[in-house]
Amino acid sequence: MKEITIHYYASLRDLRGCAQETLSTEAESALQLFDELQRDQKLPSNRSHLKLAINDEFQAWETSLRSGDRVAFLPPFAGG
Amino acid sequence: MFEITTHPIEAAALGGHMHSSSCGAVVTFEGRVRDHNEGQSVLSLSYEAFEKLAVKEGAKIIEEAAQRFAINKACCVHRIGHLQIGDVAIWVGVCAGHRHAAFQACEYVIEQVKSRVPIWKKEFYEGATSHWIRMNVLSATASERF
Repeated sequence: MKEITIHYYASLRDLRGCAQETLSTEAESALQLFDELQRDQKLPSNRSHLKLAINDEFQAWETSLRSGDRVAFLPPFAGG
Repeated sequence: MFEITTHPIEAAALGGHMHSSSCGAVVTFEGRVRDHNEGQSVLSLSYEAFEKLAVKEGAKIIEEAAQRFAINKACCVHRIGHLQIGDVAIWVGVCAGHRHAAFQACEYVIEQVKSRVPIWKKEFYEGATSHWIRMNVLSATASERF
């Protein structure tokens, strides 16, 4: 099992009901982690407009997870 | 230089740093909070950022602008927190030998920042309602809950 901390921003924080959570997971990738979290309906079912960061860097959804990673699922940007 | 700030953006002061004896052109852009969006009256805005990643990505954009266009310098400052109508939310400044490169680089920076930097905007309307911008692109199931 891996200990992963997940950070939520803006609309995803509202939807999830928290700014961050730490959980133990067997998810191999960020994609598997998202699917696991999405089962309770507190994340969008469609992730095609979300971006992913691991340890403060943009990463691909297939990126492998290691215990201690900080994951952030990022809703569509709207700066400017 | 790319910065995130919680303080009011002093556009005139920032512009003062863009002068150089080798620059014949200084182009600046101010993105300000307007009082309407998509048919609704907007009372105020709130911006938040994933600050560590935003600063990294913003710095990359500034570097790219310097490589792509014949400019001397580019800067961008984005404000976060609660902003009122008329406040400057983002400021971009570019100085270059000639105007064409300065205009192009300025537009490049603002367009890239809007699409690539993890910053989010919430609009507040009359009646104590609010809305995260660009949430409509998420699934209908999710957006119904916002």
